[in-house]
Amino acid sequence: MTGPAVEAAPPQAPAPAGPPVHKPSVRKRLVPYWLLLPGILWLLVFFVLPMVYQASTSVQTGSLEEGFEVTWHFQTYWDAFTEYLPQFLRSLLYAGTATVLCLLLGYPLAYLIAFRAGRWRNLLLVLVIAPFFTSFLIRTLAWKTILADSGPVVAVLNKIGFLDVTSWLGITQGDRVLATPLAVVCGLTYNFLPFMILPLYSSLERIDTRLHEAAGDLYARPATVFRKVTFPLSMPGVVSGTLLTFIPASGDYVNAELLGSTDTRMIGNVIQSQYLRILDYPTAAALSFILMAIVLIMVTIYIRRAGTEDLV
Amino acid sequence: MRTSIAWLRRNLVVIAGLVTLAYMILPNVVVTVFSFNNPTGRFNYAWQEFSLDAWKDPCGVADLCGSLSLSLQIALWATVAATALGTAIAFAMVRYRFRARGAVNSLIFLPMAMPEIVMAASLLALFLNMGIQLGFWTILIAHIMFCLSFVVAAVKARVLSMDPRLEEAARDLYAGPVQTFVRVTLPIAAPGIAAGALLSFALSFDDFIITNFNSGNTVTFPMFVWGSAQRGTPVQINVIGTAMFVIAVLVVLAGQMVGNRRKKAQPK
Repeated sequence: MTGPAVEAAPPQAPAPAGPPVHKPSVRKRLVPYWLLLPGILWLLVFFVLPMVYQASTSVQTGSLEEGFEVTWHFQTYWDAFTEYLPQFLRSLLYAGTATVLCLLLGYPLAYLIAFRAGRWRNLLLVLVIAPFFTSFLIRTLAWKTILADSGPVVAVLNKIGFLDVTSWLGITQGDRVLATPLAVVCGLTYNFLPFMILPLYSSLERIDTRLHEAAGDLYARPATVFRKVTFPLSMPGVVSGTLLTFIPASGDYVNAELLGSTDTRMIGNVIQSQYLRILDYPTAAALSFILMAIVLIMVTIYIRRAGTEDLV
Repeated sequence: MRTSIAWLRRNLVVIAGLVTLAYMILPNVVVTVFSFNNPTGRFNYAWQEFSLDAWKDPCGVADLCGSLSLSLQIALWATVAATALGTAIAFAMVRYRFRARGAVNSLIFLPMAMPEIVMAASLLALFLNMGIQLGFWTILIAHIMFCLSFVVAAVKARVLSMDPRLEEAARDLYAGPVQTFVRVTLPIAAPGIAAGALLSFALSFDDFIITNFNSGNTVTFPMFVWGSAQRGTPVQINVIGTAMFVIAVLVVLAGQMVGNRRKKAQPK
């Protein structure tokens, strides 16, 4: 890491704005590099270097007993991808559904806190943030109690015929909710809701309410005001909220493990068991890189499209 | 009839928002209620009868309080380290122009834009290849790594919104660079640094995925809860969950009260 520090002092550094009173000394010009060095070094050693090691692991062959060796066996990627395609697709489907549900559920609450809460605003914000501090595993386990087969929620859903519809759709089984896709998506939606609400709130809060009045003065109906003014202006929050929800949800394995069954395994569950139980490190590393690639590609495309007016 | 429909339409957002809030709070309510349960089996999933036993003896389960204090220690050290490293980076990014700025920016952004499991697995690959014993130190290293980006984001946001003329004014009044930093810059950046530190503490304390990969046989509190989901969940877990929720609400409310008082003291 001495490279950039040496380059740091080009002799013809552009003069800072305003009349140069004195030439900054070399020591002074090195200040940003000294500030950056420890943190960046940490990220290079414990974020970038591990990726390199994982890349090398993914092209190794061998076994735990005899040891692994780098053989540039790229076949692992294709094998892992085709074998676990259902889990990949399921992860994207669950994470996508949870993200849409988070947006649908989170938007009214963010809107309520930003525009309608009045003096309750702080209390509502606290209630949104507080779950962050309670262990999310404990809260996820609580869903086991809420959705229990003999519990009131399932009884009510059964009575109103909701479970008949969802069973027909194939997202629940019989009169059970636990251990079905519905339970897993419910858990994912719940766990990542705060990550949707907070960015939405912060972008809604910045909107000047006089714009709403102006739209009203121009005879826009409330629905039109929302569609033409509020929602477009909240787009930064929508984009960062959906990313903050979709990315972690796509790699999550806690909800699928605690609330699902073997039929609801997501790719995170596969990577976890390959790494920690089956100890097939090359396959695990390849799977994790494929997941990373899929997520990064989808996120890039999404940001591009959201950046234009296409989504609005 | 007509007026009630009109009322409903006008308050649709409020009702929908409150429904979401109920959905968010419901598990916390269940955790609290079941902390007073006296379950018959190994699992605390069905209501049996009211009991205060778990509240009287929260450490009555083997390893529970040990894992809790381990998680608190890790969260504390991770917060101190990540806040120091992250604040330095944030200041460098906002206050100085330097080469490789774009690269540094994406290096800090990437850990936040990647599924946690990818980072967890890659760290494990590093530790396995290097033959490093998994345990306290590997957990701490990992936590500092993923908390760092969030601290940078929080502090950067605050420093960016800071008026540089305040520091110029301090210098015009013959304050030295150290004096300017301690008396002017640091107090203004403090809320951002505090937010970053609080976020790191919460993220580290609650982290499961990265810890699960890099803890070896070391049991943090989330690892204990995870294990208990298989072996049997003691009521004490609910007691600790409830206590954490209450403490968090009190801390956030106290923080807001301090903030409000400050705002009133110096109207802008």
